[in-house]
Amino acid sequence: MPNMKPNKNPMPSQDPKVRAHNFDEVALGYSEETALDEAQRCLNCKNKPCVSGCPVNINIPEFIQKITNHDFEGAYMTISEDSTLPAVCGRVCPQETQCEARCVRGIKGEPVGIGRLERYVADRHNSQSSEKFIPASPNGHKVAVVGSGPSGLTCAGDLARKGYKVTVFEALHTAGGVLVYGIPEFRLPKSIVQKEVDNLKEMGVDVETNMVIGKTLTVDELFEMGYEAVFIGSGAGLPMFLDIPGESYKGVYSANEFLTRSNLMKSYLDDPTTPIMKGGRVAVIGGGNVAMDAARTALRLGAEKVTIVYRRSETELPARREEVEHAKEEGVEFKFLTNPVEILGYHNPDDRRDPKNGFVTGMKCIRMELGEPDERGRRRPIPVPDSEFEIEVDTIIVALGTLPNPLIKSTTKGLDVNSRGGIIVEETTGATSKEGVYAGGDAVTGAATVISAMGAGKVAAKAIDEYLSK
Amino acid sequence: MYKIVKKVPLNPTVTMMDIEAPFVAKKAEAGQFIILRVDEDGERIPLTIAGYDREAGTVKIIFQIVGATTEKLNHKQEGEYIQDFVGPLGTATHTEGLKNVCIVAGGVGCAIALPIAQKLKAQGAKITTVIGFRSKDIVILEDEFREASDRLFVMTDDGSYGREGNVCVPLKEMFEEGETFDQVITIGPLIMMKFVVEATRPTGIPVLLSMNPIMVDGTGMCGGCRLTLNQNGKKVTKFACVDGPDFNGYEIDFDEAMSRGMMYSNFERHAHEETCNLFAKEAK
Ligand SMILES: Cc1cc2nc3c(=O)[nH]c(=O)nc-3n(C[C@H](O)[C@H](O)[C@H](O)COP(=O)(O)OP(=O)(O)OC[C@H]3O[C@@H](n4cnc5c(N)ncnc54)[C@H](O)[C@@H]3O)c2cc1C
Ligand SMILES: Cc1cc2nc3c(=O)[nH]c(=O)nc-3n(C[C@H](O)[C@H](O)[C@H](O)COP(=O)(O)OP(=O)(O)OC[C@H]3O[C@@H](n4cnc5c(N)ncnc54)[C@H](O)[C@@H]3O)c2cc1C
Ligand code: SF4
Ligand code: SF4
Ligand code: FES
Repeated sequence: MPNMKPNKNPMPSQDPKVRAHNFDEVALGYSEETALDEAQRCLNCKNKPCVSGCPVNINIPEFIQKITNHDFEGAYMTISEDSTLPAVCGRVCPQETQCEARCVRGIKGEPVGIGRLERYVADRHNSQSSEKFIPASPNGHKVAVVGSGPSGLTCAGDLARKGYKVTVFEALHTAGGVLVYGIPEFRLPKSIVQKEVDNLKEMGVDVETNMVIGKTLTVDELFEMGYEAVFIGSGAGLPMFLDIPGESYKGVYSANEFLTRSNLMKSYLDDPTTPIMKGGRVAVIGGGNVAMDAARTALRLGAEKVTIVYRRSETELPARREEVEHAKEEGVEFKFLTNPVEILGYHNPDDRRDPKNGFVTGMKCIRMELGEPDERGRRRPIPVPDSEFEIEVDTIIVALGTLPNPLIKSTTKGLDVNSRGGIIVEETTGATSKEGVYAGGDAVTGAATVISAMGAGKVAAKAIDEYLSK
Repeated sequence: MYKIVKKVPLNPTVTMMDIEAPFVAKKAEAGQFIILRVDEDGERIPLTIAGYDREAGTVKIIFQIVGATTEKLNHKQEGEYIQDFVGPLGTATHTEGLKNVCIVAGGVGCAIALPIAQKLKAQGAKITTVIGFRSKDIVILEDEFREASDRLFVMTDDGSYGREGNVCVPLKEMFEEGETFDQVITIGPLIMMKFVVEATRPTGIPVLLSMNPIMVDGTGMCGGCRLTLNQNGKKVTKFACVDGPDFNGYEIDFDEAMSRGMMYSNFERHAHEETCNLFAKEAK
């Protein structure tokens, strides 16, 4: 008998008052008992509406049925047919707009907690299984993967399983892409990402860090070195700024810089080697996952007050609902329908050596109202005349989104990109305009999601296999 | 891990190292830089490529000990390893077509200027060099510059070596005597570069300078290294790690760059003291 309770089993979480001051994971994960209870809520629908909401079409009812049968390893295998990063996606997927949005249980009540179950299955597998990966017999072909984010890791893994000799080239000193430099520890523990990278290495994938493709080596040189195909999964790492006066004052960060300092460079630790501005009043500009992560990181670093400034209203917030709720519980404040027009800084005309000179003191904002919907259906914010006001802040974090970095494009002849810098690919294969070069993830789409990047890595791996088996 | 194959102190606070990094050595060009981390959990710091040996696969760095990370780096010995070393980053200095160049360098900036001088020399340009230091005991690379230059002025602030005065003194004299150059290239402390730009401005000779803002990734991802350029009255933001580090000296907002360079001075002072204490304890 299915469990007809209207609500999802709540996710056990750290107390907001406690977690607002530590970097430990917020969501603690289901227990076996809760997972079994939640799995019982699935009706095992014949037409599987949820599956079409998942960008990689995980067979959701099948894995959930296996949970109800206590076949947890079987559930893991089902998920693994379509996803290589279930422990990651179970945590960070925007389920409410994807799989769970289509779940029939959501019509009357809450949908099945698909993401939470996926996380449970993956965590259980990772903590219990000790199977050694049996390397595929080498097929003699070499493939290079640029970037070690979810798209690159997935592409590399799928190809290694087919016997390809794969080398991943990563610009930074640690592999994982946004999963290590962007998404904070309290949402996605770095040990999970590390485990995925270690698994790849065990499969025989070489991970070369400190290799900036376009600088250290070009794509053409990779071919000269004997790689027969190249996958570009270099992400969308170029931060956008507001382009308003005062953006160069000390204390204004891009979200990328702020999060990289905290996550990758570990400046949240007690005695860090890389500095970051801590404490004081912090304003975060933007409304996506990145803005939530920056705000909650600032809070944990000891800010007195953190305010998210967003130009539309609460309903338009692009961040995952759960992150918005978590941020609110932890004490992050929101100023909706507000847009910054100028950043204000300190100047002491009498003393050029005053150490406070050039630091942020505040921000001039204007109130907004919502007008007609734009081409994406979101109502366009328009400034209300004469409604400027000032707020006092010490640190400003700009989280307005990112574009693909032009480094690879500018050093690779014959690689076409669109007007926003995204690499142009054939959707069903990931093939670019350059022979033997494939691409996927944020480098193609601009900032998107982990699961779609992973899906693109899979598509390209399949196409590369076909291309090289010809 | 990257091996330190050679270490030579150039003066009490400036050290030269050759690092085994074949991929970087293969591609390096004058004007580019690397980013390194001394150890696991270390900070990423940028240093200019002061030379390279493509065959031996080594890259030369010359650094001044100014804070915690450079202090730690200086404690590493020949044969030891550093954790990370990535590059070559940034764009190479444009030297094409230059026939008559004046290079003005100060302090550790000389290390950055030397490969540019050598490259220009190799392509047959006439080179006038002015190098400046606080005093005699910290003069570096004099012989190397003498070899790479047609004419060399060595200046010290206190007159303890070469001529007394700052680098602008001979520069202004040359301008007064009506000398002209295709290009002035200046590398050193921001304040020195600012004065070189001002001294050159009346002549209209283009000035190229090498900026060194605080960096993290060095690939254009964080925006921390951003600078404001004033291009025909319009303010333009550039990322020094990918768009530079060389810029047109007449366009740079020096005051802003100086201010941003001081963003973490409290933290840095503390970190440096801590590191020195640590090494002092180890020594005991
Ligand atoms: C703060 C933050 C929070 C997010 N939260 C979520 C979330 O909750 N849910 C969700 O689904 N998505 C989220 N996203 C988006 C998601 O992380 C990305 O869509 C996803 O990581 C894209 O994967 P990718 O493989 O395309 O690229 P990335 O993860 O960006 O990885 C690209 C890698 O390539 C490397 N690289 C770049 N250029 C080069 C080069 N020239 N040579 C070598 N290496 C290079 C980069 O250093 C990087 O490691 C978030 C993003 C951020 C920034
Ligand atoms: C492109 C570039 C090339 C450089 N080349 C050389 C070189 O060839 N030789 C040399 O001696 N120095 C060079 N520098 C400066 C060098 O990076 C700093 O001296 C070094 O980072 C100081 O680190 P620290 O921890 O020892 O000192 P800290 O005490 O941390 O800092 C001392 C000063 O160094 C600067 N600094 C600190 N951290 C960074 C950082 N992450 N990035 C950039 N600057 C920082 C700050 O302005 C600070 O005031 C270069 C900088 C840049 C950006
Ligand atoms: S991968 Fe994401 S969208 Fe797909 S089933 Fe899992 S949580 Fe849902
Ligand atoms: S739509 Fe919901 S109830 Fe139906 S199979 Fe999918 S998860 Fe189960
Ligand atoms: S150092 Fe991060 S963008 Fe230049």
